[in-house]
Amino acid sequence: MNIDLTETTSAQINSALVGARRATGTPAVGMVLTLVIVTDEGNHYDALKAASQASKEHPSRILVVIKRPGRSPRERALARLDAEVRVGNETDTGETVLLRLHGELAGHAASVVLPLLLPDAPVVVWWPEDAPENPAEDLLGRLATRRITDAAACEDPVGALRQRATAYAPGDTDLAWTRITPWRSMLAAALDQRHATITSAVVEGEEYNPSTELLALWLANRLGVPVERTASPGPGLTAVRLVTSDGVICLDRPNGALAELAVPGQPERHVALKRRTTAELIAEELRRLDPDEAYAHAVAYGVERLAPAGSVETGAPAAEAAVGTEAAGAGAGKQAAPKKRPAKKAASGTQPPSSAQGS
Amino acid sequence: MTGSGTNPLRDPQDRRLPRIAGPSGLVIFGVTGDLSRKKLMPAVYDLAHRGLLPPGFSLVGFARRDWENEDFAQVVHDSVKEHARTPFREEVWQQLSEGFRFVQGDFDDDDAFERLRTTVEDLDKVRGTGGNFAFYLSVPPKFFPLVVQQLKEHNLADPAGDSWRRAVIEKPFGHDLKSAVELNRIVHQVFEPDQVFRIDHYLGKETVQNILALRFANTMFEPIWNRSYVDHVQITMAEDIGIGGRAGYYDGIGAARDVIQNHLLQLLALTAMEEPTAFDAQALVAEKIKVLASLQLPADLGRHTVRGQYAAGWQGGEKVRGYLEEEGIDPNSGTDTYAAIKLGIDNRRWAGVPFYLRTGKRLGRRVTEIAVVFQRAPHLPFDTTDTMELGQNALVIRVQPDEGVTVRFGSKVPGTSMEVRDVTMDFAYGESFTESSPEAYERLLLDVLLGDANLFPRHQEVELSWQILDPIEEHWAAHGRPEPYTAGTWGPRAADEMLARDGRSWRRP
Repeated sequence: MNIDLTETTSAQINSALVGARRATGTPAVGMVLTLVIVTDEGNHYDALKAASQASKEHPSRILVVIKRPGRSPRERALARLDAEVRVGNETDTGETVLLRLHGELAGHAASVVLPLLLPDAPVVVWWPEDAPENPAEDLLGRLATRRITDAAACEDPVGALRQRATAYAPGDTDLAWTRITPWRSMLAAALDQRHATITSAVVEGEEYNPSTELLALWLANRLGVPVERTASPGPGLTAVRLVTSDGVICLDRPNGALAELAVPGQPERHVALKRRTTAELIAEELRRLDPDEAYAHAVAYGVERLAPAGSVETGAPAAEAAVGTEAAGAGAGKQAAPKKRPAKKAASGTQPPSSAQGS
Repeated sequence: MTGSGTNPLRDPQDRRLPRIAGPSGLVIFGVTGDLSRKKLMPAVYDLAHRGLLPPGFSLVGFARRDWENEDFAQVVHDSVKEHARTPFREEVWQQLSEGFRFVQGDFDDDDAFERLRTTVEDLDKVRGTGGNFAFYLSVPPKFFPLVVQQLKEHNLADPAGDSWRRAVIEKPFGHDLKSAVELNRIVHQVFEPDQVFRIDHYLGKETVQNILALRFANTMFEPIWNRSYVDHVQITMAEDIGIGGRAGYYDGIGAARDVIQNHLLQLLALTAMEEPTAFDAQALVAEKIKVLASLQLPADLGRHTVRGQYAAGWQGGEKVRGYLEEEGIDPNSGTDTYAAIKLGIDNRRWAGVPFYLRTGKRLGRRVTEIAVVFQRAPHLPFDTTDTMELGQNALVIRVQPDEGVTVRFGSKVPGTSMEVRDVTMDFAYGESFTESSPEAYERLLLDVLLGDANLFPRHQEVELSWQILDPIEEHWAAHGRPEPYTAGTWGPRAADEMLARDGRSWRRP
């Protein structure tokens, strides 16, 4: 059931929601959260589609805030709210309201959203593209227990990660982080087995892919060893190599779907590691709504502290014999190596000034 | 040099990372059976699809059928396509299918078990399963002794180093106390008691696990969860189907042994037990055993137990045969297809509160639920006519289908001066959580591979349950025959009379 409301208010939208619910015969619905999507006219379709699919797993009230500040001074001076209420459609399980904020109202989205939030239920705000510099201080962000951004959709993904680190507040999370959960869980499973001490690591992936950086940051933070990020044609992340004195633990995914896990002393095995859709990412995000401390630690580690290109030696995966000897060499100097490298990095001069202060 | 101990990539704060089973494999005996094709294989695929199986996970089928590995893979493929919960994806299938093996043979065939051993050893080398194997005995119980003995003789049951070997067995765990004790003795000769996993698939259901969350994670239910407020408890498991193709197994066993002994007594234990000191297998078992040990049979078994047998009738618009006319059933069979019993629990919390358990085939509809029915308010300040339609408050845990929790309470009818009528407040899983929650077998298989025994009944529980049921079965064997009931109804009249004598009535689920 669709209800169009023009030049409306939040109160009228609320009564339209109640009316629509009565009309479709489902007076009590178990919606578990309110999802606010902040977007623009051009992007709202894809975002809403992903959120609707995710709502199959998490029935929610979805509020799509579409800002239309207007181009001319006359349009900007005017303030108007148009709304489209969708209840009981086959595509989504909860309720959806598209809010079009014209003119001056575009700057006061929180005043429209606040009365439409579900009582008691948690609020999640998702910016599919351009997120505010400081999501937790944003007027809409303040209403939320969970704030989802996407560094991959930014003009400067790596810069966005730096910004996220400085502005981090509990409840912040980023889809670039969500994308690497399967990688992280597979790597953690690989290290559940007995393995030699890890001395360094390489994360290889497409350029302008902040997930690659985040995975490298997480590894560097958790393992306490130099981690290098190298570029490949993609798609997305293509490989992680953990260098141990016994050889290289390598998780290699050249095609974006099926990966190969190689662990020294064990047979090579295939692992399904498919790139996931936005709907799956959002569904994972909504599964837990408490602050993600693992993300906080990873992003706070600092992109500048990753090892410079070429500083970590793993050799090509094909030349296995060579890898063994090189790695053994690295292992012999293992005690000194991790301490030396940051110094070398600071001296290399290729880093932005902030890194010198950081390290 | 070996970095053992803690895994630097694991962090208790990092709650996104799932529990993935360590390197391991699963061997299924009786892999051509229904359970294996409809439940186990799809569960293995669903686990792989969710990324919860280790890389290199291997599945070995053992059966009499003359199959090659490829035939076996094809059978798994078809069963996954048809029954898996999650969508079929090529890369997941590829990861899984590399680890499929099939061993052809009979259970008394030594060569076949030798081949099984070389297969397992080969998988350790090729797939890195690390010597960790679970043996799933999806076979009739009369073969259990033979299979476990063969596993022992061919060195398949002894783990090397710090690896593990586990046995997974399905109900029935014997047909009376004596046979259950004997079965446990045979299995425990070969496998350590804590390496034996008894599958009661009800315990793998989300709704059953939620009983513990409902009771012990909230404050509003536990204070009234006792004899001061609860009038009685009804636990129902009804099926709309007949015995189908299970005649050989079912005749002589009956509803009470098939369902009450395991599923219903487990549900009772979870509903009635005290709070465990921790959420681990040992603490849970300790509490469940306390409840099962304090169960009290009614003094007069003739008046407080009922059995029935379905007769021909119409079930949901379909004409169905009676039990005695089913194929392969002795026309004079005295097997119960319906059983209802009344039990008491002798402890401070429950003394005097009856627990009514009932189960049956060809009943009104398929439903499993636990209904906690509360006492009436001690005093009503309204006129009696105002509260004519007010029943007893009830909290109903709907186990399946339509999983959820219902609360029934009185509410004023709008517009009248003061008339109170029963209304329901509903919580449905489908509304608040994932549309398709994991299948019971998915959860249980993963727990077996992880070695997590929370959701598996221990042998003490099995033996205690038989202690309850044996006297009832003996009484039934000595007195009369099951009362016939028309298929598609809610059981024999004697069951209604049994509750009427106590001034109560069955809920219509």
